[in-house]
Amino acid sequence: MTAQEIYDILKAQFGEAVLEAKLENVADPFIKIAAGAIKEVSVFAKNDERFQFDYLSCLSGVDFKGKLGVTYHLYSMTLRHKIVLKVEVPTDAPNVPSVESIWKTANWHEREAFDLLGINFLEHPDQRRILLPDDWEGHPLRKDYQTPEFYNGMKVPY
Amino acid sequence: MNELKLLLENPIVMSVLLAFVPIVFILVYALVTLYGEMKVAAHIQNRLAYMENGWHGTLQPFADILKLLQKEDIIPTAADKFLFSLAPYLVFVGTYASFAVLPFSSGFIGSNIDLGILYLVAASSLVVVGLLMSGWASNNKWSLFGSLRSAAQIVSYEIPGVLAILGVVMVLGTMNMQTMTQMQDGGIQNWLIFGGNFALGQKLALIPFMFILFVIYLLSSMAEVNRTPFDLPEAESELVQGYNTEYSGMKFAIFYLAEYANLFLVSAVVVILFFGGWTSPFGSFMGGPVWSAFWFIMKGMFFVFVNIWLRWTLPRLRVDQLMYVSWKVLTPFALFCIIAIGFIMVV
Amino acid sequence: MIETLEKPKTSTGKTLRTEEMIVNMGPQHPSTHGVLRLEVVLDGEIVTDVIPHLGYLHRCFEKHCEHMTSYQQVIPYVDRMDYVASMTNEMAYVVAAEKLLKIEVCDRVHYIRIIMAELQRIASHLIAIGTFGIDMGAFTPFLYYFRDREKILELFEMTCGARLLYNYMWIGGLSHDIPPQFVEKTKEFIVGFKKTLQEVNDLLNYNEIFIKRTANVGILPKDLAINYACSGPMLRGSGVNWDLRRDDPYTMYDKFEWDVIVGKGEMGTVGDVWDRNMVRQLEMWESLRIIEQAIATLPEGDVSKAIPKRIRPVPGDAYGRVEGPRGELGVYIIAEDSVTPYRIKARAPAFVNLSVITEISKGAMLADLVAIMGSIDIVLGEVDR
Repeated sequence: MTAQEIYDILKAQFGEAVLEAKLENVADPFIKIAAGAIKEVSVFAKNDERFQFDYLSCLSGVDFKGKLGVTYHLYSMTLRHKIVLKVEVPTDAPNVPSVESIWKTANWHEREAFDLLGINFLEHPDQRRILLPDDWEGHPLRKDYQTPEFYNGMKVPY
Repeated sequence: MNELKLLLENPIVMSVLLAFVPIVFILVYALVTLYGEMKVAAHIQNRLAYMENGWHGTLQPFADILKLLQKEDIIPTAADKFLFSLAPYLVFVGTYASFAVLPFSSGFIGSNIDLGILYLVAASSLVVVGLLMSGWASNNKWSLFGSLRSAAQIVSYEIPGVLAILGVVMVLGTMNMQTMTQMQDGGIQNWLIFGGNFALGQKLALIPFMFILFVIYLLSSMAEVNRTPFDLPEAESELVQGYNTEYSGMKFAIFYLAEYANLFLVSAVVVILFFGGWTSPFGSFMGGPVWSAFWFIMKGMFFVFVNIWLRWTLPRLRVDQLMYVSWKVLTPFALFCIIAIGFIMVV
Repeated sequence: MIETLEKPKTSTGKTLRTEEMIVNMGPQHPSTHGVLRLEVVLDGEIVTDVIPHLGYLHRCFEKHCEHMTSYQQVIPYVDRMDYVASMTNEMAYVVAAEKLLKIEVCDRVHYIRIIMAELQRIASHLIAIGTFGIDMGAFTPFLYYFRDREKILELFEMTCGARLLYNYMWIGGLSHDIPPQFVEKTKEFIVGFKKTLQEVNDLLNYNEIFIKRTANVGILPKDLAINYACSGPMLRGSGVNWDLRRDDPYTMYDKFEWDVIVGKGEMGTVGDVWDRNMVRQLEMWESLRIIEQAIATLPEGDVSKAIPKRIRPVPGDAYGRVEGPRGELGVYIIAEDSVTPYRIKARAPAFVNLSVITEISKGAMLADLVAIMGSIDIVLGEVDR
């Protein structure tokens, strides 16, 4: 199934929640989804007969200076097609519904995005830091991140 | 001269001297085995092992021992200091005490008691107490795990081991280890693994059961000395180093020494039970006290080599599989053999 | 799986108080293959829960990338991500960057990249199976495999001067062409290596004790594997016939003839530890097939012609993925109008594969947990990045 067909079906199903799409002249065609609707879209994308996106290849968080984005790379093991979904949320209210209940693999990816970018995944069962120490302050992959001088009495910059 | 003779006749002096022989033997043997194990392992694995110190690295074991002697003797703060320090010595004493009844040659045995083999089994059981003690006193969960596993393992494997010994005792009708050996004297055909010194019919009937008992005892002895494939108590990839995780320096060295001594002990028992102890394979040719010591040690070292060989070839069993082998395979087979031997000996 | 025994009761019917034991497996533990820490809840020898704690080897790969002054400068960092399969890491990054920049490279570059990636896959699988053997208590196969891995490293050293961290594949080409004697030496290696493969099969994979230890342990069912996005031998061991080299071909893998190895449950259930290990073992044969074909038909060309002098992509993003030894190694690059990458995220297969460990090790024994961990084949450098 081509990206255009996927977009048409999603648009017909969700209407307003599907914000925009760039399907031509890009490395990977992507569809932008309203942050609040990502969970419903994911459930649909996984369970719909025509899509069967059962494999969440990658979930990455991005800081767009003022906005935080999450990118979902979906793939279907049975139908062998793929699509990229993107959501964006404002930095001061970075709440994205968790897709952990749909793809278990999202659990650690979301923990990583929370850890490094401070994106808050709603209804995530176990949202803790994963790569950094539990008592680390700040989210290092934010573009405005300042490296702290000290961590537990140890000098950080060297 | 006369005074010296008088001194030697003093039973206390004599006992001390007799006790010295095994410990000197253990120390020399441990060095040789340390070197041998590394070399055997290396050649199994396409390596060369030590090559630097001395000819083909022959001086390396001395360096290893020196290193261990120099090391700081660390006792963890949370450990039970008394038990922690006592454990390695207890393990070693258990093994060393068993050497008393080993007939090294036709002319030398530490203590020629009639219940030799029974004493040996009892004394070597002391090792379990030492291992449990070390695991508990270390106050480390991995150590505790290791010592619990080792206690369970040694106790379980003592049963098929003792049953196998019982089979041999039934055949030979004695528990005195020197007598046991003497009964197999007269050449390779008289060794128990080849049916012993009996009439032909009985001999042929015994051979299969002796072979099974030999395998059972070999396996359970490997389990008792915690060697691969039964090295669960110190399974490095699971339990870090098992009961001796927290030990360092001399205490660790003593654990090692005890392990090696134990290895020779069980090999020696295999030799005495099934391979004619110190007897020469050629009857009276190459016999005599000195030659017999040579044969005893060589045969013992052969089974030490078998242990090393298996260790570097096989993977490790899991706990439940280990117990399965002991209780559901070895023990029933051993019991069956005992019954069969009983019939053969009566008929 | 072993059922938990009923709690012992006293003669008056009271149950004895038994406690679960919590042990920390790692970060310093011989079988965590690095500095992984598993918080293991044990009921006797039986594992009731596993909580992985990562990050002991976090070297801020993604943050570093955002501070580079060129896209080419990222490559040495990518090398250090999965340090036992650096070539594949480079390949993933280079594939993603070339996709973003729309650079076409000549066939010779593709062929050499494939040869390198497949040699690297063999080298990595050798470590995986070897260390797995150590976890099982078999030390010897490890050294047999290292002897042959050494030969691969010599080939790499001959090509680019480094044995572990190569910086060999560049965006648009390679740093050097292969040396003249490379083809000959590779052929020699293949001949010798086939013998070792057979030897270790006899020594380890079909050893009765090894089978007893690994068959029917840590079973990962098909749907769970997909839901957890496991990939590589992990996924194929569970019986899913999926390989990026065939199903989403990158470079020129579609030119070669080879088979995707899938776990069949030969010794137990499909998706057990033995299957995963065997998939790795058999994949090495397939890699040899690919290398043989690639060497036989190696085209001519200039390997550094397409390397751009200055990289300043049009804003956009690209996700490139390759089939690494551990599975789908994806690199997601976001570019803005600058010479510095805006954001690079590495989708590390070991990280994703490891997340399933809690699910498949509940109810196993402590020794099985070690087996399961060995069969996942984690490299902590990649898990923590």
